[in-house]
Amino acid sequence: MSATAIAANNLVKIFGSGPNAVTALDNVSLTISDNEFFTLLGPSGCGKTTLLRLIAGFEQPTEGDIEIFGSAVAGLPPYERPVNTVFQHYALFPHMNIAENVGFGLKMLGREQREIDEAVTTSLSLVKMEEFATRTPAQLSGGQQQRIALARALAPRPKVLLLDEPLSALDLKLRQAMRTELKTLQRDTGITFVFVTHDQEEALTMSDRIAVMSAGLIQQIGTARDIYERPDNRFVADFIGDSNFISATIDVIDSDVAHCVIGNGLTIPTQLVGDHRVGDTVTLAIRPEKIGLSGGGDWIIKESIYLGTDTSYRIASGTQEMTVREQNARTGTARFNVGDAVSLDVAAQTTTMLRD
Amino acid sequence: MNLPQNPATRRFLGLLPAWLVIGIFMVMPMMILLVFSFMESDPYGGVDPGFTIEAYRQILFDLNFDDELEFDPVYLIIIGRSILLALIAVFGCLIFGFPVAYYITRQERRVQNMLLYLVTIPFWTNLLVRTYAWILILSGDGVIEQPLKSLGIIENSLEMMYTNGAVATGLVYSYLPLMVLPIYASLEKLDFRLVEAAHDLYASRFQAFKQVIVPLAKPGIIAGCILVFVPSVGAFIAPDLLGGGKKLMLGSLIHLQFASSRNWPFGGAIAMLLLAFVMIALLWQLRSARKRMEESG
Amino acid sequence: MSKKKSFTLGELPGAKIWTLAFFIYLYAPMVVLVVYSFNENRRVMNWTGFSLDWYAKAFANDNIQRAAWNSLMIALVATVCAVTIATLAALILGRRNNFRGKDTSTGLISLPLVVPEIATAVATLCFFAVVGIQLGLISVIIAHTVFCIPFAFLPIRARLEGMDDTLEQASRDLYANDWQTFRYVTLPLLMPGIFAGAMLSFIISIDDFIITLMVAGAGSTTLPLYIYGMIRRGITPEVNVISTVMLAISIVFITAYWLLTRRQSVTTH
Repeated sequence: MSATAIAANNLVKIFGSGPNAVTALDNVSLTISDNEFFTLLGPSGCGKTTLLRLIAGFEQPTEGDIEIFGSAVAGLPPYERPVNTVFQHYALFPHMNIAENVGFGLKMLGREQREIDEAVTTSLSLVKMEEFATRTPAQLSGGQQQRIALARALAPRPKVLLLDEPLSALDLKLRQAMRTELKTLQRDTGITFVFVTHDQEEALTMSDRIAVMSAGLIQQIGTARDIYERPDNRFVADFIGDSNFISATIDVIDSDVAHCVIGNGLTIPTQLVGDHRVGDTVTLAIRPEKIGLSGGGDWIIKESIYLGTDTSYRIASGTQEMTVREQNARTGTARFNVGDAVSLDVAAQTTTMLRD
Repeated sequence: MNLPQNPATRRFLGLLPAWLVIGIFMVMPMMILLVFSFMESDPYGGVDPGFTIEAYRQILFDLNFDDELEFDPVYLIIIGRSILLALIAVFGCLIFGFPVAYYITRQERRVQNMLLYLVTIPFWTNLLVRTYAWILILSGDGVIEQPLKSLGIIENSLEMMYTNGAVATGLVYSYLPLMVLPIYASLEKLDFRLVEAAHDLYASRFQAFKQVIVPLAKPGIIAGCILVFVPSVGAFIAPDLLGGGKKLMLGSLIHLQFASSRNWPFGGAIAMLLLAFVMIALLWQLRSARKRMEESG
Repeated sequence: MSKKKSFTLGELPGAKIWTLAFFIYLYAPMVVLVVYSFNENRRVMNWTGFSLDWYAKAFANDNIQRAAWNSLMIALVATVCAVTIATLAALILGRRNNFRGKDTSTGLISLPLVVPEIATAVATLCFFAVVGIQLGLISVIIAHTVFCIPFAFLPIRARLEGMDDTLEQASRDLYANDWQTFRYVTLPLLMPGIFAGAMLSFIISIDDFIITLMVAGAGSTTLPLYIYGMIRRGITPEVNVISTVMLAISIVFITAYWLLTRRQSVTTH
């Protein structure tokens, strides 16, 4: 296990006071390892940006404290913290050219001009923007400004780089290209990245670990696989990907596998979570693509939506409804039509029993 | 009823009254004044026909008893004092006004509006009255000296009235809102994330102020400086009431020529000189604005 | 407990006290003036007690009454003229389209704002001398109208620029002719701007001193001229009274203007 880059302990952040007070962070604790690509993922207003701003030093926590590489940073202004930020809308200084922007941090640190020049060149080549040194920010496209913002934050060689939704202002193709680039950059520089986004795809493709946040709380921390395959609660299962939420009763417990029965008598084996006993009602999360369909049975296809690579079916049996997704394989057409009768096949390790 | 359909006709009819009124009663008078400044003075007021540059010569040279030209700095001193006092007013307003403009932008919207309202009120109230109020404060038995005298702290008057300091105080006081408002406008547009970015890149408060806030507020600062300089350099009320006619400025000098001295051409020449100063200031502003446009691409 | 430095983003140390000092500087002279207008003593700076006597005396003074009447007349007529001219010009210049002479026209209208007042004043005096217009109420009204045009123009143009073009298009689409569109759509929407422009014109005219000083003749003395004369002759408590009244008038009008333009920004956003 490598060193701890950032440790947040019991952070509380309340904006305003009295009846207008808003709790942005509600007792949040987490540790981020050195060299890690760590993502804070959640819908807007979940507190992810607040957490980032607390680490950067733009805001002070109401309660709790933050350590950066073992030293407490409470009360330290942003300019005394070994972290740099890539801002959402880049925040490039419009009155300085690109080289001046990138060299700004080192200039403020009082480094010699020669050292600054070298660092500027290195940083610009890191983001493949060497030839733009004398331009002004207004002369660059959004994607180029994005790279300069990155180079500027990297130039002082921070121990931790904070990225606040840096890709959100780019168009789709550019965003996808930048994902790979960011990941490579992180691996090459060895700098800890703390990445804030509301885009689950971004989070899943780049991160070593992800913290899913909602309503000022951390809902789950884990690798991309953990979070997708084993969501802890309904929020995570719903926010990341699609899920069918099915209410079921535990019928039989066989060591750590619970056999759960849903409304129409179908038994679904699932990993037992918590201390449930036989007869308890639990909620199961089943990903639509984890369900297999075969012809004939007591489920009826109610709706069929063609999605290109996939077909999404809405199936029903009595009052129970589910969404199932099936690849269109090679023929390119759906296997079933509306009104067809089908039966389901759900494998043991593919459903999740939610804790809430 | 239908208005003329041709847009050109409509424009002509709509703009005609403004063109006529300002053309006849503003542009033409300026031209007449220019012509007057090249004519001979009539001792009873007005001008006598004939072209002469006498009025302009008078600014620098006087005729001595032998009818020879002799350099006379008396008007040069007044010109110098006008420019100097106007510059002092500009810097006074800038130093006093900038932190205030910045402070206002950092408040919440409702408070901002309230403070702006308070800044604008003096601007729209009678300048004569506001300047007169300073007599009550600065004069020998005014609200500053009276308590000091009765407490025995001072015995003799501080002689604050009728000094350059009194005039400068009055000028700063007169035109302070004209500095605060444009600076506020440009600071208000400033993207505060840039200040965050500066701090994030190790700029201290002072450095962020110097490197980011001031450069980005520059258009407002320049506009404010011009707005204060132009009325200050031609001020009449402050030098007249607080300088007591002893500390003449261009404005009072012009007034004198048309009131008691009855030397209209000379007054016209001084007015032209004043206009030249104003033009220089405006051209400077225009140039820096153009330079900024070019820089930002 | 360790000593924590507290860092608040965007705080300028001392700015609060500085701002407080700024407002004291801005308002103290006015407060002094108002307070001393209630002084009973004949010697202005010698406070002996509260009294409204000087108000009664000032209001009963024939000369002051005449000056007040002149000021009011001049301001009303100049405002009506300036607002009419400015509205017509703004209707042309406040549109988004560009045409030859647009910038020149806007520049011409702003001219009175750029030229130092004393220069305008003596130039106007020369003009009246050349044309042979007797100095009096008429000459003052003309000079004030010119000076008030830009002040009336700016808020009206701002209002037009903030107006949604499609409203007028909708009106035409619904069979209104040009005049009906102007009468029932444009003008009502423009009204707050016109009122705001009128407020500014009125204040500018009633407060004007320098131009009035140069172009007023016998019998057209305005309140500011009267005040100036009184200050010249030696300060009496009546000066404080009239000055206080002038302050009050300005504050009432500028507050009305402020409320008008604020409401306007509420309704357009």
